[in-house]
This record gives sequence, C-alpha cells and structure tokens, in this order.
Amino acid sequence: MENHKLQVAASPHITSGASTRKIMLAVIVALLPTLAATTMIFGLRALLLTAVTVAACVAFEALWCRLMKKPIPVGDLSAVVTGLILAFNLPPAFPLWMAVVGAFVSIVITKQLFGGLGFNFANPALVGRIVMQLSFTGPMIDYTFPSTYGGVDALATATPLIVAKNQALPMIDMMLGTHGGVLGETCAVTLLLGGLFLIVTRVISAAIPLFYIGGVFLFKFFLNLGSGASAAESAYESLTLVLAGGLLLGAFFMATDYVTSPYTLSGKVIFGLCLAVLTVSIREWATMPEGVSFSILLMNLLVPYINNLTRRRPMGVPKGRWKSGKGAA
Amino acid sequence: MVRKLRAVSQGASVPHRKNTSGQSTERMPVPKQVTLMMQQHIGAPAKPVVKKGDEVLVGQMVGEAGGFVSSPVYSGVSGKVKALEQVVAANGALVEAVVIETDGQQTLSGDVAVPQVHNRESFLEAVRACGLVGLGGAGFPTAVKLSPKELDKIDILLINGAECEPYITSDEQEILENSGDILSGIAAVQKYLGIERAVIGIERNKPEAMDLLFSLTKGKAGIEVHPLPSKYPQGAEKVLIEQVTGRQVPAGGLPSDVGVIVLNVTTAGTLGRYLSTGMPLVTKRLTVDGGAVAQPKNVEVILGTSVAEVIEFCGGYKEPPGKLLMGGPMMGVALPGDGYPVMKQNNAILALSAAEAALPEEGPCIRCGRCIASCPMSLSPTETEEAYKNRDLDRLKKLNADVCIACGVCSYVCPAKRYVSQHANLARGYLLKEVAKERGKS
Repeated sequence: MENHKLQVAASPHITSGASTRKIMLAVIVALLPTLAATTMIFGLRALLLTAVTVAACVAFEALWCRLMKKPIPVGDLSAVVTGLILAFNLPPAFPLWMAVVGAFVSIVITKQLFGGLGFNFANPALVGRIVMQLSFTGPMIDYTFPSTYGGVDALATATPLIVAKNQALPMIDMMLGTHGGVLGETCAVTLLLGGLFLIVTRVISAAIPLFYIGGVFLFKFFLNLGSGASAAESAYESLTLVLAGGLLLGAFFMATDYVTSPYTLSGKVIFGLCLAVLTVSIREWATMPEGVSFSILLMNLLVPYINNLTRRRPMGVPKGRWKSGKGAA
Repeated sequence: MVRKLRAVSQGASVPHRKNTSGQSTERMPVPKQVTLMMQQHIGAPAKPVVKKGDEVLVGQMVGEAGGFVSSPVYSGVSGKVKALEQVVAANGALVEAVVIETDGQQTLSGDVAVPQVHNRESFLEAVRACGLVGLGGAGFPTAVKLSPKELDKIDILLINGAECEPYITSDEQEILENSGDILSGIAAVQKYLGIERAVIGIERNKPEAMDLLFSLTKGKAGIEVHPLPSKYPQGAEKVLIEQVTGRQVPAGGLPSDVGVIVLNVTTAGTLGRYLSTGMPLVTKRLTVDGGAVAQPKNVEVILGTSVAEVIEFCGGYKEPPGKLLMGGPMMGVALPGDGYPVMKQNNAILALSAAEAALPEEGPCIRCGRCIASCPMSLSPTETEEAYKNRDLDRLKKLNADVCIACGVCSYVCPAKRYVSQHANLARGYLLKEVAKERGKS
C-alpha cells in the first residue's frame, strides 16, 4: 500500500459527463441546419463568409491568449460558436475584411478584454454586429435577394421588416427564408429546428425563447387589435413580425447565451418579456427597422441586476432573513 | 405536486453503480487486532475504561460516554488491550484509541444482556447504553436525537432508507436481511416516545427492498412507506424531510424544530436488534466497492478492523487505487492510506481506480446556472464560490451560504468542472466563523 499514490481531496469525487466543449458542440450542431439552408439560399458565398468569421474568431482568440501568455482556450469551441453566430448576422455580400473587423470586436474587445469566456459583459457576436452596423452601415443593409438556389446575384432588396408594411411577403417565403436578409435570419424552419434541439438536449432552457417570441407575438397582436385590425389580420401581422428579421436567431441563439442571461427561471422569464417589449417598441416606434440586437444588448447589461432580484430563497431561510440580506448574522 | 416537481428539477441524476445490490452480507473473520477510536460520533469523545494489559470480551465497554452528547464504545472482539494511544483520524484530528489484540475465541462478555425497557426513561437509557449513533454517516448520538426539547411536538418519525449515494447498498441490504429488526426498532421508538406516525423514505432504485417494506407495513397503523425519486440527494436530511412532509427545517435548526425525528434505516435496525439481543453496536455492514477492488461485497465488519484488512477480505486491490473513500463518492472522505479503522458511522469503503479518481481540468465558469438550478437547498453555488474567493462576507451573508449541506451536486453538474461544492463548503465554514467572531464582539 505504501507505494500507492492516493489522491486526497474534498468531496464530491465524481463529476457528470457534461463539459463546456460538449455544450458548445451542441450549439454548433444546432446552427448547422441554418448554415446548410443559408448556403442553399445564398450560394457558396455564404459559406465562405461563415468560414472567414469562424477562422477569424478562433485565430483572434488564440493570438490574443498567446500574446497575454494565457492558456489557449480554443478547444472549448466557444470562439467557433461566436464566429458562426457573427456570420449569421451578416448579409451574404458583406466584404470579408469587414467581417474580420467584426470578429476582432467580438473576440478581442467584447470577450477577451473583459476576461475571456464567462466574463464578457454582452454577447460577443452581438456587439460585433452592432459595431459593424454602425461602422459599415451600407454593406450591412445590402440585403441581396436570392434569385435562385444557384447563388448570389447583385440584386439588392430590403429585408422583410422594411417591406412588410407595403408588400407583405408570402408566409412560405418567410418560413423557408427565401427572401432578402442576413445569413442566419432568413430560414425560420431551420432556426426553429436548431432551437428545439437545444431545448430538448437541455442545453438551453425554453424560458427565454418562449417568453421572448411569445411576448413579441402577443404584444404586437394586442397593439394591432388596439389600432382596429381584426383578430386574423393582427395574428397574421404578428406572425410576420416573429418570422422576420433576427428574432428567431436572437431568441434561440443570442439571448440564451449563458454568460449574458439570468441564472434562474424567474430571471429568464423577466429577461424574455423585457426583450419582447423592447424589440416591439424599437420595431414599432424607433427609426430603425430592427430591434433585436439592441434589445438583447441592453438586457445583457441588466442581467446582474436581474440576477440579484431573482435569486431563489434557500430552503429553510425565513422571508425576513432573506429580504434583509443579512443572512446568518 | 410542487414538491414532486422540485425533486425532479433539483438535485442530480448521479450514476447508481449499485454493483453490490442484492448481494447478501458476508461476515468477515475476526481480525488480529482492532483499533477502537474514542471519537466515533459527533460530540465529546468517549473515555477509555480499560488499561493496557486488560482482558476484554465481546460486548464489553472499553470507552464510556464523555458527556451528554457522546456515546460509549464497545469491543467486538475478545482479547487483550495492547495499547492506549493517540491515532490520527481520517479527518486529520488526533484521537485517543484503544488497541486490542484479539485471541480469536470471541468469548461473550457477561455484560451482554437484553435491556429492561418499560418506560421512556429506561428506553432512552438503553439507546444511550448501546452506543448507537446515526449510522447513515453523521454519527450523531441517537439517544440525544431521541431526546428533543419539545418531544410532544414531534409527530413524525422519519426513517431514512433513501441511500442516494452511488455504489452504497448497505442500507438496502439491512432492509432485505433485517426488516424485522427495523420494524421492531421503529415500533419501540414510536411506543416510548409517543410518535403516532412513522414514515420510511426509500428511493425507487431499490424496488426489491421497497416492495418488501410495502408488504410488511401493509394494513399496519402508524407506519407507511414513502417512495422517493432516484435523484441525489434524497437522503440528505433536510431534503428528505421536505420531500416527505413538505416541512422546511429552518436554517441552522434541527428536524425536531418542524416536529420530525429522522433515523437512518440501519440505525433503526441496530436499535431493534439491541433491544432483542442486548448486543451493543460492535459490528457494521459496509459496502466495499470501486474499480480497484477485486470482489465488491457487502461485508459485516467488526468495528476497529483496518480498511486494509477489509479490502483484503474482498480479494484485495486488483489495481493500485487512485482514491480511497470512506463513504460514497458524493460526500465520502478521501483517506490518505488504508490503515484507518472502521468506525460506527461508516457505511462504505470505496477504492476508486486511478481512472475513476481522475478529475477533469477546471475551466472558467460559463454561467450556465446548472449549479443554481440543481441545488437542493436553492442556493447560488457559483456566486458563493466567487464571493468566498473574494472573502466577501456581506455577499456570503446575502447568499445565505451557511445553508449549504455540502451534498456536492453543484460540482457534479458543473460543465466547467469547477470545484463549486468544495468552495461552497469552505464558504460556509468561513461565514459561520466570521459571524461567531462578530457575535463575540457585540
């Protein structure tokens, strides 16, 4: 026995099979149907753009950590997820060098400067998107309309959000994504598929997408009813609003980012509902046609407060002691 | 309904690994030597009543209770006292111990006699005299547990047969082999303490034992079986109480504060046995398992036998162990060597292989909130870890870090493989110490 090297450590002595890498892998898998769909809709250019953002994100993460003499964390695959989501926020004809700038903003500025994985104050891909939207507004709204499944043509049209008012798109186009827009915002079917996969595999909780999307639908529905539309019209228009733009991508893949969403169920419900109100408000009353990214960014910043307000009362702790915040003293 | 949902959503689905399930207990032969620690319970250590060179017999007292919260220690062997010495316990503390060299005769002591129990006082005296402590792992003297301040407020006797730790099947085996003793032990507590209702909680992963208990209690008044979901930690006292009765033990309080007394199923069985045979607590059933053990078994071991000998009885190590545990993998204590003696409250010895013992490398917290969602006490483990590392006392108070029961679920579910539970446990100790200091000042 003397020769045996026994580990002495505090319990527990076993852990589950869950890992950060597996979680990121699940998100990547969930995004793949949309990547396939967008490649079919917009052609190989979409795939190239995605490859560039993913490669740039991974490279920036590796380079930065090398420079900072930190262990290189690319094995956790979180940079790949950021790269994918970033690409999904870009229109297909977006210049590649600009996409690399976006990757830099996402990985270096939003994520690494704040301490790396787990410490980013907002969703990295989202900040990348917003910075690009403000810096490269022209290319960012250069939505190319897919003419055939063959690939990109130069015909630029508006996103359904802009055209929605005058010439509503057929619902089938909205579902399949055969309309203008950014890579990952078009095909509702694959986004729903990916989102459901994440919920079923319990990678994400259903609360945020459910209350976000449901909230947008209901809020818009009642707004329309209030303005005198019939229930059928209101429902149709609300559904259009749900399917158009970045809501599905945002609700399933960006608002659910662990680091920048609340911990508890009640926190997630509040988060989702606030997102819904903000998104509809921006889409309805602000000058911008799209409100998803700004809503999520704003709510990201409020997460620490939501967490503070929605902590569960531990078992056996009386309400008075819990509310006083003074604990055992 | 809400309780059931909580049980499903909180806690962790740990692997069962009940390899020894249904394996009847094998009796281990008398070892050459036993080391009886005077501290095999919570409270004051027992005081040795033998000296070097004394002859001792089976069932003879070697250490008397050192106070109210204490428990006597008996010899399970006949032989000669070789030494009284200080030994290092598994938790690192120096403890006095009586070392007995056995003669192999197993001569019964004349002190062993069926206790005369006719009222509450004599019953509690018997419980105290038999050296019984909480055999589920805590080692709290049973007689103290059965003497709550307000006995008339106790309306439920809860028998803990959850056995939610992986590997361990010793309680299950107690149910299968000694159900009569368990029921008579429960009946005695109910009778002398005047508790009308007894509930046996048992996890559904033990269908055979559960069916047996159901059939034995069918139609009987005052006793029922409550099946529990197979979700760790159903056997944690506070979780069990909430699950079965819906009552929440106040933070810092005891089960008796909500009218409940909890006894482990083996404690009840041992009590029943003592009342009919008069043999005090001198042996214990252990589950011996783990990837490094050649023949996993349930073994009845004489208290004081060394871990090494118990493992030898189970075919020895089939490969060098990476970790040696006293108890289960979720809450057990890692031993620095196998020279430690078996104590009353031990219920398992696990020799994990190096591969089983290896823990993955820790990564940064990704704030997935799984530790929070699965905490059976509804705490916020990752925030507690952070606050502890910053020694942020105010925040630890706000998080009520003292409520932690160190069940280990948070570390188990963590995808970043962080030592969340270990830190939460440290945080609890730190918080309680600082609060005590503050109280001392004011």
